[in-house]
Amino acid sequence: MELLNIFVKAIFIENMVFAYFLGMCSYLAVSKTVKTSFGLGVAVIFVLGITVPVNYLLENYVLQEGALSWLGSGFETVDLRFLSFIMFIAVIASMVQLVEMIIEKFSPTLYTSLGIFLPLIAVNCAILGGSLFMQERAYANIGEATVFGLGSGVGWLLAIVGIAAIREKIRYSNVPAPLRGLGITFIVTGLMGIAFMSFMGIKL
Amino acid sequence: MSSDKEPLFSAKNLKLITTPIGPQNPITIQVLGICSALAVTAKLEPSIVMSLSVVFVMVFANLIISLLRNTIPSRIRIIVQLVVVASLVILVDQILKAYAYDVSRQLSVFVGLIITNCIIMGRLEAFALGNKAWPSILDGAGNAAGYGIILIIVGFVRELFGSGTLSFPGFGTFQVIPQAFYDLGYVNNGFMILPPMALVVVGIIIWIQRSRDKSLIESH
Repeated sequence: MELLNIFVKAIFIENMVFAYFLGMCSYLAVSKTVKTSFGLGVAVIFVLGITVPVNYLLENYVLQEGALSWLGSGFETVDLRFLSFIMFIAVIASMVQLVEMIIEKFSPTLYTSLGIFLPLIAVNCAILGGSLFMQERAYANIGEATVFGLGSGVGWLLAIVGIAAIREKIRYSNVPAPLRGLGITFIVTGLMGIAFMSFMGIKL
Repeated sequence: MSSDKEPLFSAKNLKLITTPIGPQNPITIQVLGICSALAVTAKLEPSIVMSLSVVFVMVFANLIISLLRNTIPSRIRIIVQLVVVASLVILVDQILKAYAYDVSRQLSVFVGLIITNCIIMGRLEAFALGNKAWPSILDGAGNAAGYGIILIIVGFVRELFGSGTLSFPGFGTFQVIPQAFYDLGYVNNGFMILPPMALVVVGIIIWIQRSRDKSLIESH
């Protein structure tokens, strides 16, 4: 039940895009058509589902104060948390590279559809944000961390596919010229965010 | 060095600072760095602190990458850039934790997210890798200033209308809307503090900027 709560919370209440504005760069740049944005969304779910648990292990067995005690009693007071940014981003960059190679080897069709997006993901704020939120909220075990990662990814997919569908339709409407393109996308995202805020009343 | 032939602040160099603030603004025109920009703007103080942090990281990242540009193999340049930026961000984070703990709590994960701020990576890729140190510093300062200005405008508008106050780092919070207004029935627009309003405020800034400068209008 706890896992389901975290999952639903990550998708709707703490949505990466609408509540924290994470991953906005690719959200705005790649949301012109539904098809490509769906591809990017799947890639984000994939990478978040892998990097959050890996960083969870790193956080709990290397970085935290006392986490290194498995090395011997002399390491009990070592606190490496100031290194977490650099460790997390290194894990993310190498994981993205690894995932790219694995997909290329085993599923060329998926690779061609995700191909261009995977390298982009290494610098997507939503991925690093997932790991940093995981660190801040201190999830109890690796299962919760994984579910949180997957849920955040699904929420991001929902957001980008939604805005892409709206942008496809908005092309046919009479938007004031200075608002065309970026401006209207911002305002529509704001309105979607307001709609998503209605989920905040849900108590889980 | 370029400084032998031209003065440090020649017209060409000054342009590197001024264009990103106006017609090539990283947020409203280039669409970079929005991720970390919006979540911290509910109050003015964190917006100012965030802007200063980005200026610091960006100037030094541009300087370091520009000095190393001939020694970095192009295949691993992304990793090198990430390491440089991440080390600078760790520095900023530790300084904030030591001297401005409250603000550091408010910014929470968003200081860390400067690492993946697309403006920084974008400018490193597009400018610092191909230019000398001094123009790179100016380019970094200009782009970070363009980012900071939007952040401060959004923070100003949201705090003024959302809470009726303005807060400055080091000086605390000031009540700007006089009590008499509240006595007459003025109510703070609580909507302004909610996250979605940041997007709408930026949308309106884009609207104003593009209706003043028609050449920026997109076809769709």
